[in-house]
Amino acid sequence: MAYVQRKIPFVGTPDTNPETKPFFDAAAQGKLLLPQCKATGKYIWYPRGISPFTLGPVEWKEVSGKGKIYTYSVMERANPPYCIAYVELAEGPKMMTNIIDIDFKDVKIGMDVTLKFIQCEGDGPAMPFFAPA
Amino acid sequence: MSLRGAGYIVGAWEHPTRKATDKSVTLLHAECAKGALDDAGLTKDDVDGYYCAGDAPGLGPMSMIDYMGLKVRHMDSTDVGGSSYQVAVGHALEAIQAGRVNVALITLAGRPRSEGQATGTAPRAGSPAQPEMQFEYPYGPATANMYAMCAMRHMYEYGTTSEQLAWIKVAASHHAQYNPHAMLRDVVTVEDVVKSPMVASPLHRLDCCVISDGGGALIVTKPEIAKSLKRPLVKVIGVGEAPKNQMGGEVDLVYSAARWSGPPAWEMAGIKPSDIKYASIYDSFTITVLMQLEDLGFCEKGQGGKFVSDGNLISGVGKLPFNTDGGGLCSNHPANRGGITKIIEAVRQLRGEAHPAVQVPNCDLAIAHGTGGSLGTRHVGSTVILERE
Repeated sequence: MAYVQRKIPFVGTPDTNPETKPFFDAAAQGKLLLPQCKATGKYIWYPRGISPFTLGPVEWKEVSGKGKIYTYSVMERANPPYCIAYVELAEGPKMMTNIIDIDFKDVKIGMDVTLKFIQCEGDGPAMPFFAPA
Repeated sequence: MSLRGAGYIVGAWEHPTRKATDKSVTLLHAECAKGALDDAGLTKDDVDGYYCAGDAPGLGPMSMIDYMGLKVRHMDSTDVGGSSYQVAVGHALEAIQAGRVNVALITLAGRPRSEGQATGTAPRAGSPAQPEMQFEYPYGPATANMYAMCAMRHMYEYGTTSEQLAWIKVAASHHAQYNPHAMLRDVVTVEDVVKSPMVASPLHRLDCCVISDGGGALIVTKPEIAKSLKRPLVKVIGVGEAPKNQMGGEVDLVYSAARWSGPPAWEMAGIKPSDIKYASIYDSFTITVLMQLEDLGFCEKGQGGKFVSDGNLISGVGKLPFNTDGGGLCSNHPANRGGITKIIEAVRQLRGEAHPAVQVPNCDLAIAHGTGGSLGTRHVGSTVILERE
């Protein structure tokens, strides 16, 4: 099942939740920035302004954009179909994303993937997607 | 103080409708309330506690209390999706034990079928203030593909197969043939399931529950009142509730919140899974059932596929009769929330009022477990264990 790029929806704006704006500002520059818990050093998904591990402060850090597919599902009922996934980043956290630029029959758990940004429809922000490495 | 036996379910009623084009959601709620009160032999003036969830129109419980003309002194509208009604039973027990409630009414109703919702396959945009929304909605999370990602990972880690998942639907269909109200009454085979169209890989159309209108209601009351009524005594002996989520990115999709809601319920009840004669297990999808059975301790983790195979969930055939009304997979899933019908069928089994073809002989211990929300992101598991006294 060939990959066809779909329109990516978005709700709100990058400053709806002011503390996550660094994520969107970095994405506009093609960088994936995640909050890191200052106390534990753990990277956090989804982005937020406080650590769910300690309720302590976070620091925004750029990550490598390299990861492996943890799990996925191809929504065959959608038009065009798309492949939702959790990707386990090299830095640890698993993030929700889509797998792109691949025939969906070739998607496998454990596959190495790499970061690619796509802009959301209606002049929305760029968001991180993953393609085969 | 343990909640064991603090309350009894004395009224349980399921709306027979599966398509209610001529009725509002509020009317369905009220009809369910009346049905459960009649079943118990009580009236609305006996009700002093009311419990509902997000399917009830209006702010929390307020509109429904007004609409039904209730006078209550305790209320709760904790909304955790389809397992809210198991949670409500537990919260009602706490209130009864604390002397805050004598007769608790719990209602659920909805009409997603009449309203034409593409419930399982269409991503739904929520408020961007919901903290995960901007980081998930762009990726198209619907209901089906969230549960499908759990199934995909379960298959990868444990070798679970589509054929094993299909046995869950097969068992439900064997039961649904005897339920005149069930939406899908045809008995299906493993082959039928795995050859049905793929919705969200690896889940096929027949791995998914139905979309239906309808509703149900329960009456929970204190022992003194329960024993004064003319109904079989169904005692609540165990309750548990627990959330599970993405844990800051430490996502693990091969188990459900039942791993945490089950143990306190088993401990309170003082029984173990092998004591259970009948199980109502939330069946939004086949994978939901398989994971909950493992996490509740009916089999070892990863062995769910083997456990559900070869008709083991079929009443009169297997070791653990489940969802003998046909469940969400075949009968109904009112308001896209199957928690209350799970409790209602467990009550029928304990009373000996299930269809004779699926009634479990000497059914004295039953479980009704719910999973509300999304197994792939955030959900709440809630467990209720019941005993026929």
